[in-house]
Amino acid sequence: MKTRTAGRHFRDSLKSISRNGWMTFASVSAVTVTLLLVGVFVMIMMNLNKVADDLEKDVEIKVIVELTADEAAITALQDEIKNTSGVAEVQYSPKEDELNKLVLDFGEDLRLFEQQNPLHNVFYAKAANPQDTEKVAKRLDRLDNTFEVKYGEGKIEKLFSFLNTSRNVGLVLILALLFTAMFLISNTIRITIVARRRDIEIMKLVGATNWFIRIPFILEGMWLGILGAIIPITLVTTLYYNIHKVLAPKLAQGNLFELLDFSPFIYQVNALILLMGVLIGVWGSFMSVRKFLRV
Amino acid sequence: MIEMKNVYKKYPNGIVAANGIDIEIKQGEFVYVVGPSGAGKSTFIKMMYREERPTSGDIFINGTNLSSLKNNKVPYLRRQIGVVFQDFKLLPRLNVYENVAFALEVIEETPTVIRKKVMEVLELVGLKHKARMFPTELSGGEQQRVSIARSIVNTPKLVIADEPTGNLDPDTSWEIMNIFEEINARGTTIIMATHNREIVNTIRHRVIAVEGGLITRDEDKGEYGYEN
Repeated sequence: MKTRTAGRHFRDSLKSISRNGWMTFASVSAVTVTLLLVGVFVMIMMNLNKVADDLEKDVEIKVIVELTADEAAITALQDEIKNTSGVAEVQYSPKEDELNKLVLDFGEDLRLFEQQNPLHNVFYAKAANPQDTEKVAKRLDRLDNTFEVKYGEGKIEKLFSFLNTSRNVGLVLILALLFTAMFLISNTIRITIVARRRDIEIMKLVGATNWFIRIPFILEGMWLGILGAIIPITLVTTLYYNIHKVLAPKLAQGNLFELLDFSPFIYQVNALILLMGVLIGVWGSFMSVRKFLRV
Repeated sequence: MIEMKNVYKKYPNGIVAANGIDIEIKQGEFVYVVGPSGAGKSTFIKMMYREERPTSGDIFINGTNLSSLKNNKVPYLRRQIGVVFQDFKLLPRLNVYENVAFALEVIEETPTVIRKKVMEVLELVGLKHKARMFPTELSGGEQQRVSIARSIVNTPKLVIADEPTGNLDPDTSWEIMNIFEEINARGTTIIMATHNREIVNTIRHRVIAVEGGLITRDEDKGEYGYEN
């Protein structure tokens, strides 16, 4: 294909967009509505997923050290825990610190025990993959000088299974929504092209090759996708900006979980919306034209 | 230039539109194709630019055998043939200029050449002043002239017209015929299916009559031969 033909296709697709006024409007609105739905939904799901991740990351394994262990044994144990497979990080908390935590929770009276601290020294370990917590805990239990290993048995299994279910449900919902969006948009585009099947027939009779006919239609589909992505991108960005501004400081106080940061996240969502618009537009046009090229 | 050898065409619904056609048409001829409706005129013509394929037999256009022509080569065949239709077949969203230019854009002609050639043919059909108008803003006769302009803009050796005056009033029909005469005078072969008795009997050319999928008559400077 010569460059001037490429330019011709480019101009032709733009001309088509403007001269098909109402058809363009119909397609673009369909794209807009669906992409907006997808955008908002992805936004919500990704944040829920972040919450789930945060909850998981809070799961710790508490390794309680034998009272008899001396300092050398404790250092050795720390190294051993660090080297256990599946452990991401480990933190030492001597019994004095443990007592301070209790004092914070239960009151100054407990300071009495500072003379004769009955508590154990403790290591807090986190599994590289929170879902492996149980396995890692069992491995740690086998190490020498451990008195007990606790990881919230029973509770975390429930938490994990709940989080996994909600992730899967979210994924299924997103896929279903994407599928509906594709179907809806490509159908609308198909209608606009069916209205022009006679044009395609005429072009073929005048001696246009299939690609010569196809390319402007495909470009047109691309423009429809891009035009349809403008409003969703603007709305989703504004919406998230405001939600983030209001909610983020409040959640930060709670310390349990946070929203995804505005900066790379919203650009990723926007890129996804644009990409989907373009892909669906191109695909919808391609499939619709294909049917009428067999003249 | 055009040769048909023992051409048969049977449609899927069982209708036989060509029942063994043999014909030869030479470069520069002007041929009327006449016959009752449903006798196979349109099929006869459509097979020449491969809108329809014969069930059996050979069709040669400028030495190309259409029976063995691959589908992806059909556009290149159609570029050598100008086709004019009864219903004009103009692209509704393109204006007069763009409709004619389309036939040249398809062969990737340069913009300067396109401009020059389009204006030339629009001059020939007398529509230079309406170049920016859209088909819906034109009368039937004007639309047909645009369609003719498009068919000849890349100077094909053969122009095929399927009842080009079928939708036009008598005066306009004569204007259209004058344009065809002029194109023919330049050496272009013209094949025209028509029901217009007056035209055929006045501007005398070779007449081929098709009836029941067969050529029943073929005479130089012949008459229309049917009662209207």
